Amino acid sequence: MGETPETTALDRPAAEAPSFRDPATGEVRQETMIINMGPQHPSTHGVLRLVLELDGETVIRCKPVIGYLHTGIEKNTEYRTWMQGVTYVTRADYLSPFFNELAYCLGVERLLGVEAPARATLIRVLVCELNRITSHLVWLATSGLELGAVSVMLYGFREREVIMEIFEALTGLRMNHAYIRIGGVVMDLPDDGPQKIRRLLDLLPGRIDEYETLLHDNPIWRERNEGVGVLSGEQALALGVTGPALRATGIGADLRKDIPYCGYESFDFDVPVRSEGDAYARYVVRLAEMRESLRIARQALERIVETPGPVMIDDPKVGWPPRLSVGPDGIGNDPAYLRHIMEESMEALIHHFKMVTQGVEVPAGEVYSAVESPRGELGYLIVSDGGHRPYRVKIRDPSFVNLQALPAIIEGYLVADTVASVASLDPVLGGVDR
Amino acid sequence: MNADGLAGRIGGRVPDVLVARGEVTAIVEREHLLETLAWLRDQPDLALDFLASVTATHWLDADPAFWVDYELRSLPHKHRARVKVGLREGDAHLPSVTPMFPTADWHERETFDFYGIVFDGHPDLTRILLPDDWQGYPLRKDESLGGVPTWFHGATMPPVDERGMA
Repeated sequence: MGETPETTALDRPAAEAPSFRDPATGEVRQETMIINMGPQHPSTHGVLRLVLELDGETVIRCKPVIGYLHTGIEKNTEYRTWMQGVTYVTRADYLSPFFNELAYCLGVERLLGVEAPARATLIRVLVCELNRITSHLVWLATSGLELGAVSVMLYGFREREVIMEIFEALTGLRMNHAYIRIGGVVMDLPDDGPQKIRRLLDLLPGRIDEYETLLHDNPIWRERNEGVGVLSGEQALALGVTGPALRATGIGADLRKDIPYCGYESFDFDVPVRSEGDAYARYVVRLAEMRESLRIARQALERIVETPGPVMIDDPKVGWPPRLSVGPDGIGNDPAYLRHIMEESMEALIHHFKMVTQGVEVPAGEVYSAVESPRGELGYLIVSDGGHRPYRVKIRDPSFVNLQALPAIIEGYLVADTVASVASLDPVLGGVDR
Repeated sequence: MNADGLAGRIGGRVPDVLVARGEVTAIVEREHLLETLAWLRDQPDLALDFLASVTATHWLDADPAFWVDYELRSLPHKHRARVKVGLREGDAHLPSVTPMFPTADWHERETFDFYGIVFDGHPDLTRILLPDDWQGYPLRKDESLGGVPTWFHGATMPPVDERGMA
């Protein structure tokens, strides 16, 4: 055994030990600490980096740093045909792919001066409202997990899975469907589609009640969310916040009501509004929105059943794919159409070839087409120079804009509230960074 | 207000107003941008006080080479309008609207990031989506798209605009 040292750190006089006191004045040092939260952090919903300046446990400054998921979707669309654009934009905000497709296609259709058939429009409304529910479910599941409500995470993803199966039956894919196309939708609902969706619509209300039972008066959930991340209506408007985060501040702006598209004015639904502006109000608004989406989906489904007809515009210069039917082998070709282009008509084959390689030609012009996505106003500024490819596609993604409000709802609160505040804005970094 | 009514009302103040596909576009000079936006915001019957988006387009060999685009929305009146400013190549700067609309902060940073358009008076005009040390402005039409070296005998995958597609 070695010799015992004469003094240990504990024996040393306090003045010599590292201290929070300023050696000259003896005052407690007033230093702040800067920490990086993210970009790899379980509660940043993707790859968001927050530079936080902390004074003890209080956040005094927050600077969001974004761009980690930038994939150049806007630039990519400029070098693809108009129809291929759908497959790019659907990947921007990956939790609400149908909304991206819808806003893009509505914009291109406005440039073309065409309108999708009535049945296709109803199918668009149906899939979008179901998509709004899946998106809100992911929000509920992930934010529940971040605040320690693990059961909510399991329940949220369980129900989302049921809807994803419907999406798979309808579109062939669980995400990034490219189902809504210029002039309509790719294909009609499968024969058992309405029945499956009806079963889903009967199942979900009870499940939403379950989440409410779990969370609504849960003391921990309320403690973590009430009075946290408060945003006033004026602040929200100045910062460009839209969607549930805006409607939680008492301003009931919803594009489906204000500037309706896809016939939303003919559906019977309410816009849930709360006035507190905190994270809890956003939770209440989103939960209520899921119920309203169910109402709209039910009405849309009944009308789809009553509205037979094509789901793609009857214009060979625009409608693509022209005819598609999925056989029992899962192959999506229409035998009659194949026979027509391969055996009967040379002109039809040439037309087919031109549609595949060049696609639709869109007259020069500029439109801004906006829809109400689960996160707010999703706008597409689409510019055509009259060619076969978009000249410019600008995605006004609500996550990007809403994220600007983050410093306003984080600064001055505890660092632990940062997690609840970020979650309550529901940013999807695929949409933020595009 | 419908598009034509809106265009007539704005046309009383801004000489260059277009209606196309039900959308109203007012074209203003850079010098009149701030006062026009303030006027559109402050008229009680217009109340275009919500700035949805700011972006730009680049037109090679054209004058103006850049069009900066402001998408406005009125929440009380439920209508929209767009304000556009043309900028010449080599003189791509205009006043920032961030002091008027705080939401413009990130939109202007993004437009700077993609097009190199400078917003005078912006509090923190830095790159936002691309890395800080990125060279060039990728959404300009004359920006090289690069090309990808491949492992196959030193061959190169040409950039997408040189692959001979229509």
